[in-house]
Amino acid sequence: MTTAGPKIQIQGVAKSFSVAGRAMPALAEVDLDVAEHELVCLLGPSGCGKSTLLNIVAGFLAPSTGTVLVDGRPVNGPGPERGVVFQEYALFPWLTVTGNVEFGPALRGRPAAERRRTVDRYLELVGLRPHAEKYPAQLSGGMKQRVAIARALANDPAIILMDEPFGALDAQTRETLQDELSRIQRVEHKTILFVTHSIREAVYLADRVVVMTSVPGRIRQVFAIKLPEVRDRFAPEFTQYESDITRVVKEEVAKVHE
Amino acid sequence: MASIVSNVSTLVESGLRGPALERRRTLALRIGAILGFLALWSVLAGLVVVLRLFNPIFLPGPWLVLGSLVELAAKGQLWIHVAATLQRVAIGFGTGAALGVTLGLAAGHLAPVRNLVEPLVEMLRPIPPLAMLPMFIVWVGIGEASKIGFITYATFFPIFLTTVTGVRQIDPLLLRAARSLGARGLPLFTRVILPAALPDILTGLRLGVALAFFVIVISEFIGAEHGLGYLINDGRNFFLVPQMLGAAVVLGLLGWAGSALVRLLGRRYTRGQQTA
Repeated sequence: MTTAGPKIQIQGVAKSFSVAGRAMPALAEVDLDVAEHELVCLLGPSGCGKSTLLNIVAGFLAPSTGTVLVDGRPVNGPGPERGVVFQEYALFPWLTVTGNVEFGPALRGRPAAERRRTVDRYLELVGLRPHAEKYPAQLSGGMKQRVAIARALANDPAIILMDEPFGALDAQTRETLQDELSRIQRVEHKTILFVTHSIREAVYLADRVVVMTSVPGRIRQVFAIKLPEVRDRFAPEFTQYESDITRVVKEEVAKVHE
Repeated sequence: MASIVSNVSTLVESGLRGPALERRRTLALRIGAILGFLALWSVLAGLVVVLRLFNPIFLPGPWLVLGSLVELAAKGQLWIHVAATLQRVAIGFGTGAALGVTLGLAAGHLAPVRNLVEPLVEMLRPIPPLAMLPMFIVWVGIGEASKIGFITYATFFPIFLTTVTGVRQIDPLLLRAARSLGARGLPLFTRVILPAALPDILTGLRLGVALAFFVIVISEFIGAEHGLGYLINDGRNFFLVPQMLGAAVVLGLLGWAGSALVRLLGRRYTRGQQTA
């Protein structure tokens, strides 16, 4: 665990997809290091390849060139040390909330008593203890995403990859879940790579915001967010970051429309 | 928020079932149809006797059919035949289901297995299973093995095909989620692929049960000493029409019960997927 280097090293990673027999570049060479316990947001216009980059780190996609290292070891395929939270929740519909959260521990053959403690702890953390025996189909979108976060945490990964996790939620629920994630991160200290297209969300959550260019995506600019752990969305420093980043993102969005 | 969600789902549930009055009327109509059918049958059988239309032995009334079943039961024979048929169906269908689901899961998820198995299945499937029965008898004789093997052969196809379909329709996101939680190899099949495909597999199992009762009758026509198919054939040889019809009714009831059992099991294991 106590490696000297960065937790995640993205080295010269590029990806192109073949569309109608032609290679379409989605991601140009990207280099990025993420330190242990750091929360980095990938921000950019839609279709800029930020989800592609996340999927490569998750091991769902192989990069066309370059490598991703986790604790100095190359990634080839998904693994339990990199938990993933999807925009579409991806809960197992045949399992209850409890069944979903204990999926990882059950897979590793943890004893029942320990699994119960784990489930209790993480459902408490996301405020879903009263819904432990419900099925995903009986939950609202915000509750489903809380279950998905609890499921990822219960597997105790060092890294959590989040692909626009709050993108399908209404504005109100979205901010509530941002608050919760920020609170959880202060307890759990995971290394988090978080894809979003919301500047406000990125400034609220991130230690660093990585703004990507329009397709093929590469890193345009990295903003270190030097704000206190508990953030105020209406503080002047907060809105200053928001407008600085907005300016850069707008230039990139404009390029798409050229 | 929670109470609203559960209220909405109760509303939806009762909406689907319809109000109580509607349900009672539906039930009355359904029972009425069965009673009406029995009444019509009784009247026709009675008319044949009273008007001497034709030899009443051709169309015994429902009471005669029931009587022959009671008689068989009283002699302790009915149970022997039911048990013989049920045992063949249970072993044959069980083997067919195990093979169909296992191979279907593998073929649905692993392209190399699919490319090996699917062409063979597609080649054999269009042949009506009954056309293969004589071959089974030639290969393994007229004993239990050919009867059970034949049921296995016939039930394998629908179960295999629906399993493959079920696996191929699994949301790829669920597989990604499972893998990033550490699932791979056999646990990926047992904990994710099998339950995700279960609604489709259950459809195949229901088809398989029906098919099992369909083909057992014919294989019991040939060289059997027990079984409901044997009872029918025996009834034909000795012109015991009530026995023929009685055995057919019992087969119908068993088939219905088998399919209801699968549906019940299905409801138990796919609770989360029904509301989805």
